[in-house]
Amino acid sequence: MDFQVVVLAGGTAKNLIPLVSKEVPKALLPVANRPVLSYVLEHLEQSNLKDLIVVVEGQEAAALVGNWISGAYVDRLHVEVAAVPEDVGTAGSLRAIAHHLTAKDIMVVSGDLVSDVPPGAVAAAHRRHDAVVTAMLSSAPVSGPSESGSSTGKDKTKKPGRYNIIGLDPTRQFLLYIATGAEVEKDIRIQKSILRAVGQMEIRADLMDAHLYAFKRSVLQEVLDQKDTFHSLKQDVLPYLVRSQLKSEVLLNGAPQTEENGNQKVNSQSNQVTLSGILANASTPSFHQLSELGTNGSTRRTHKCCVYIADNSKYCMRLNSIQAFSDINRDVIGEASRLSGYSFSPQNNIIHPSAELGLKTTVGPHCMLGEGSQMGDKCSVKRSVIGRHCRIGSNVKVANSVIMNHVTIGDGCSIQGSVICSNVQLQERVNLKDCQVGAGFVVTAGSDCKGEALAKKEK
Amino acid sequence: MEARRASRTVSDPKVRHVGFFTPDPNPQPGWNPLASDPPVSNSLSPVIIPPPRQPADRTAAVPVPETGVRRQTGADQVPVGSYNPSESLLGSSPVPSSPSSRVGLAGGEFSEESNGWFRRSDSGKFASSLPDTMVERAPENSASAAPVLESKKSVEATGKGGKAVVEEQNEVQSSSKPLKAKTTKAERRALQEAQRAAKASGKEGNKSAAVSQGAAPVKPVKQPSQKKDGPPVSVSVSVSVVSFDKKGGDRPPEKERKKDVPAPRMQFDDKSRVQKAKKHAVVKQTEARNRVELFRHLPQYEHGTQLPDLESKFFQLDPVHPAIYKVGLQYLAGDISGGNARCIAMLQAFKEAIEDYSTPQEKTLARDLTAKISSYVSFFIECRPLSIGMGNAIRFLKTRISDLPLTLSESEAKAALCSDIEHFINEKIILADKVIVRHAVTKIRDGDVLLAYGSSCVVEMILLYAHEMGKQFRVVVVDSRPKLEGQALLRRLVAKGLSCTYSHINALSYIMHEVTKVFLGAASVLSNGTVYSRVGTASVAMVANAFHVPVLICCEAYKFHERVQLDSICFNELGDPDAIAKVSGRTDVNYLNNWANKENLQLLNLMYDATPSDYISMIVTDYGMIPPTSVPVIVREYRRDHVFI
Repeated sequence: MDFQVVVLAGGTAKNLIPLVSKEVPKALLPVANRPVLSYVLEHLEQSNLKDLIVVVEGQEAAALVGNWISGAYVDRLHVEVAAVPEDVGTAGSLRAIAHHLTAKDIMVVSGDLVSDVPPGAVAAAHRRHDAVVTAMLSSAPVSGPSESGSSTGKDKTKKPGRYNIIGLDPTRQFLLYIATGAEVEKDIRIQKSILRAVGQMEIRADLMDAHLYAFKRSVLQEVLDQKDTFHSLKQDVLPYLVRSQLKSEVLLNGAPQTEENGNQKVNSQSNQVTLSGILANASTPSFHQLSELGTNGSTRRTHKCCVYIADNSKYCMRLNSIQAFSDINRDVIGEASRLSGYSFSPQNNIIHPSAELGLKTTVGPHCMLGEGSQMGDKCSVKRSVIGRHCRIGSNVKVANSVIMNHVTIGDGCSIQGSVICSNVQLQERVNLKDCQVGAGFVVTAGSDCKGEALAKKEK
Repeated sequence: MEARRASRTVSDPKVRHVGFFTPDPNPQPGWNPLASDPPVSNSLSPVIIPPPRQPADRTAAVPVPETGVRRQTGADQVPVGSYNPSESLLGSSPVPSSPSSRVGLAGGEFSEESNGWFRRSDSGKFASSLPDTMVERAPENSASAAPVLESKKSVEATGKGGKAVVEEQNEVQSSSKPLKAKTTKAERRALQEAQRAAKASGKEGNKSAAVSQGAAPVKPVKQPSQKKDGPPVSVSVSVSVVSFDKKGGDRPPEKERKKDVPAPRMQFDDKSRVQKAKKHAVVKQTEARNRVELFRHLPQYEHGTQLPDLESKFFQLDPVHPAIYKVGLQYLAGDISGGNARCIAMLQAFKEAIEDYSTPQEKTLARDLTAKISSYVSFFIECRPLSIGMGNAIRFLKTRISDLPLTLSESEAKAALCSDIEHFINEKIILADKVIVRHAVTKIRDGDVLLAYGSSCVVEMILLYAHEMGKQFRVVVVDSRPKLEGQALLRRLVAKGLSCTYSHINALSYIMHEVTKVFLGAASVLSNGTVYSRVGTASVAMVANAFHVPVLICCEAYKFHERVQLDSICFNELGDPDAIAKVSGRTDVNYLNNWANKENLQLLNLMYDATPSDYISMIVTDYGMIPPTSVPVIVREYRRDHVFI
């Protein structure tokens, strides 16, 4: 279908410290004991997209990701892993691999997207409108479901669940305004020209930019070339394209592309004019065409920025914060279990056959126990993911938590709403609530922590 | 024009039935040849084109005994109800005081004619005049036609017998009547046997002499009846009639179906077929639940589920070319509508697909590309049923592909096809539109008030061109829910400075009295002059006719079709029923929300209707301005032209 897919896998994201480290870049963070990147790759594979470019920030991270991909997908996918310097941003990453891009349209997917929204739908919406950019929007996640209210209650009050402010046209097909990042908190400034052309704008705060875009390649490359300062697709390129949609500058230089917008032909042949006239009249004109004609007769160039709004029944989440990490882990083994690719036991949990459970130990529904893990007596596990080869003592309570691989937990520990990275050692009677424990950390016996991030002081 | 309209009565059933396949008009003379005066028979003569007349003496020479036997055959097979009128007819036959021989002759003539007509109908009719939709039903139709034929024959025969009684009054008559009474048992037995033999002969190849005669064409059958007389021969004749009926009922349509007629249109009330078709459908479609009974045979799916499904398959559909996919998506989403635009979009998509096409190994371009195009076409049909103009365009393209010389290299062939497509778009659509505009503009005079319905691109071009020419006229744009396409037309007309009036179709009769001409577009013009167009066109035309306002249909000749259609039921398109349940811009009008859950409510959103030719004053086409009766001429004379540009 003439689409090229770029997966932006990122590097070691700062906002995920202490979960990520040199050894575990963001793309390899385990979600239900699988690297998060595998969700994107397998999702694309299901859509029959097998030629992928994965862009990783940082050489070491790229090597790690590359190793993992070649191990896991050697015979299934044709993946090219490209390393770009750190901190170039998403726009910089695309700039760096621009020479690889040849197809008519480019699909850019964030490597931390856990979703079952078909990428084809975005591509189809893109093609249908002949758009310059199509962004996928999903309903903004409500952080933490009500049943785990005790553990995430604090985060809820901190975060008002607002990720983007998005302006849509009445048909909800075109993007008229988008505010991301820091802009969300500021005042909304909407261009009069767009508002006048459309007549009506719907402003939504409950939608989230899922960071899955389809770009017209020529336009994307042109924008990246011209605007050196653009750092991020989401915060610079997309808002720029949205802002300039009625006074398009991008198509002026991209000569071959003007042909594709049928109504922009200023052909001397009257036949062609009639032809495009018939075609243009056939459809209800979008505001782009109307404003193109203008009132003063001068034709203005426009381009279309479309959106695809994912259905509410679909799952769509980005792993871009610690909160999101625990949410996704919980959802993947819980309500969005279709994403995990595991088959659940009748008790609605996954316990690897090689895992050993002690006497009177209960593993509740929506739980996962990895390969070779051992649990002592009288433990209880609720809505948690436990990785491979963990050794858990007796009388341990784990709830709403993620425990990665090779973790040792002493007797009588209580862990709630926490994330415990690989190779961590918890000594006896440790009490953790809403904590993140970095890789290799040792928590001394009897400590009692609430809402802390515990990590080894590196360097 | 005025005079013609005055002379014509709108709801004349005889005229309305012209050219349509139904046994109704034919039996009229057969049933009551006496009541049918010569003028009536004249008026019907265009319907039943008589075959080259056999010498009249032949009918006279037909010996009476034979007729009696024939009548027996009829009585054998026809229910009593159809037998009775013939009796009454017998009784009434002596009534005419005019030269009775003439009447008898007329009766004979009619019988001959109708026989010939029916015979032709068996073989030729199904190929030519029967619409595609009917093909599937053809066997049933013919089967149902066969008894009619027989019953009629019997009646004619008896009628003839009766007249023979009147005119001759000699010993033949006296012999005939007792013969009728006497031979009944023997005759019946012989007849039954003969029938059995005929049945067997239908299946096996071996035939007795009599049966072989029966299988032979009609004329040889008649001749023996002329030469010989007496019971045995008449038996053979009856056999021939019966066997012929069998053959006529079964075989020829079957053969035709295999050979000439395109694949029958899906009848969507046929569950097994629908299931079968679903298996290789690209778009997953769930059928709407609450469908209107009368329109079950038309495809209707739950709107709203198709688009996401097709979208999500974007990358899985390898065999579909992206351009094709895009156009299909636009059809489905309703981004492209209007016959011309859809056809152009489709052809352009085909062109792109052909440009990117390369013949696979060990295949020939002509065959493989035709298969490819067919798969694309079926994809389009899944997105939205094709219009007739599109069907014609596809037929054109396929003929061009199959006519490609084998010597052509692949690139040459592709270039030739692409230029052919360009030609079609330019000549059949765009140039045609321009010619239509030139023609139609001559009909616009200063001071006219023109009515346009919906949004037809040709009508719009006409209005704009007339405006450019400086003619002074006013436009009434009539619109209808739910599409409100007229608003788009109105916006463009007003932008160009035309003075317009906008109204909805329910106010039509109020606005019509000030209108001087009605310009309408058409999705298709059928060979009986019926105009198939956006729903509402028929009412506009009817109201205009009632107000004695001329109705001009503007339609490109590539949209003409040889099909005949009398109603808008057998072939139509169903739109999204939700569209009529909702009122745009009024969210508070929500009485029909969740209507699909109500068992006893069905919504019907028809897309097209058929306007009978009586309401149409003139059809403006690229070959000139023609009356609706001349459509068959265009179809016949220029069909080759469609194919070979």
